[in-house]
Amino acid sequence: MTETTVHTHTIPQPEARAPAHEHQQHPIGLYLVVWLLLFVLSTFSYLVDYVGLQGYLRWSLILIFMVLKAGLIVAIFMHMAWERLALIYAILLPPLLVLVFVALMVSESHYVLFTRLAFFGAAP
Amino acid sequence: MSAETHSHVREPLHRPAGLAGFAADWASDQRTFKNVSWGKAMMWIFLLSDTFVFGCFLIAYMSARMSTAVPWPNPSEVFALHIGGSDVPLILIAIMTFVLITSSGTMAMAVNFGYRRDRKKTALLMVLTALFGATFVGMQAFEWTKLITEGVRPWGNPWGAAQFGSTFFMITGFHGTHVTIGVIFLLIIARKVWRGDFDTERRGFFTSRRGQYEIVEITGLYWHFVDLVWVFIFAFFYLW
Repeated sequence: MTETTVHTHTIPQPEARAPAHEHQQHPIGLYLVVWLLLFVLSTFSYLVDYVGLQGYLRWSLILIFMVLKAGLIVAIFMHMAWERLALIYAILLPPLLVLVFVALMVSESHYVLFTRLAFFGAAP
Repeated sequence: MSAETHSHVREPLHRPAGLAGFAADWASDQRTFKNVSWGKAMMWIFLLSDTFVFGCFLIAYMSARMSTAVPWPNPSEVFALHIGGSDVPLILIAIMTFVLITSSGTMAMAVNFGYRRDRKKTALLMVLTALFGATFVGMQAFEWTKLITEGVRPWGNPWGAAQFGSTFFMITGFHGTHVTIGVIFLLIIARKVWRGDFDTERRGFFTSRRGQYEIVEITGLYWHFVDLVWVFIFAFFYLW
């Protein structure tokens, strides 16, 4: 607290939000709840395989549990929920571009499979 | 002192919130991440780049699996363990998942106690996290051994598409390397915490900067990221 000596910040503006904690200091109970949720979600995603669900139900459940787990880890454990939008957008938006890459490669994979079946015949 | 002001931000920040804050932070020639130290910002940016690395691995796996005319081995059966007279599907992977989540939990606790300046609890929780991480790597080594003795190779396997082995070794191997590096990172920082470096603000031998408990959070970011990657590998490689 004593170390920072410069006061270059502007005068507080009306809409200013002064975070109570510059350090990421949150109640331990919150971490325990998230921890428990992660356990439950992992169990659910394991059960999807254990019960042997197939098809779109299986895939959508896997994705839902995956996104929920990832969201909890990033938001709470990595404290992203309390960061400023400048950092949130800088880190979370670029990975969305990976989805474009996925779309490209899905199209490419279909084409590769098509040529394999067309030229090497047989198989499913 | 001026070097310190750029490393650690400790006073309340009076900036607009929300989208207006986003625009204000990114606009004009100024420091963008207002209340985030350079160490934390750089760790986040490193993790972003790592996201792309793992993203590319998973996309490569998707392409291989989608484009092969040979059936893909069923991971549920491949990773089953024979326990008590029956095959339990994916059980080892499930246990590994729980171990890693547990380690993430202890890491979050360590960060919390770090900011409370509770030296001993922080160090112990970090060592515990490292132990869980080492357990995870050990189980992964067991899994690799099992698959290799069953005849899985990067160029083929007994059950189906040859690409199964190469993607498996590539993805889990790279993730395991990350976990191993994380364990080493954790132990190094835990030692510093235990020694009281961040209470006495002892200067680092390499950077000569004063140590801060924030490094525990930065280590935590890396560790949680390793757990995060596993969530995606578990979903796409093992469950799909």
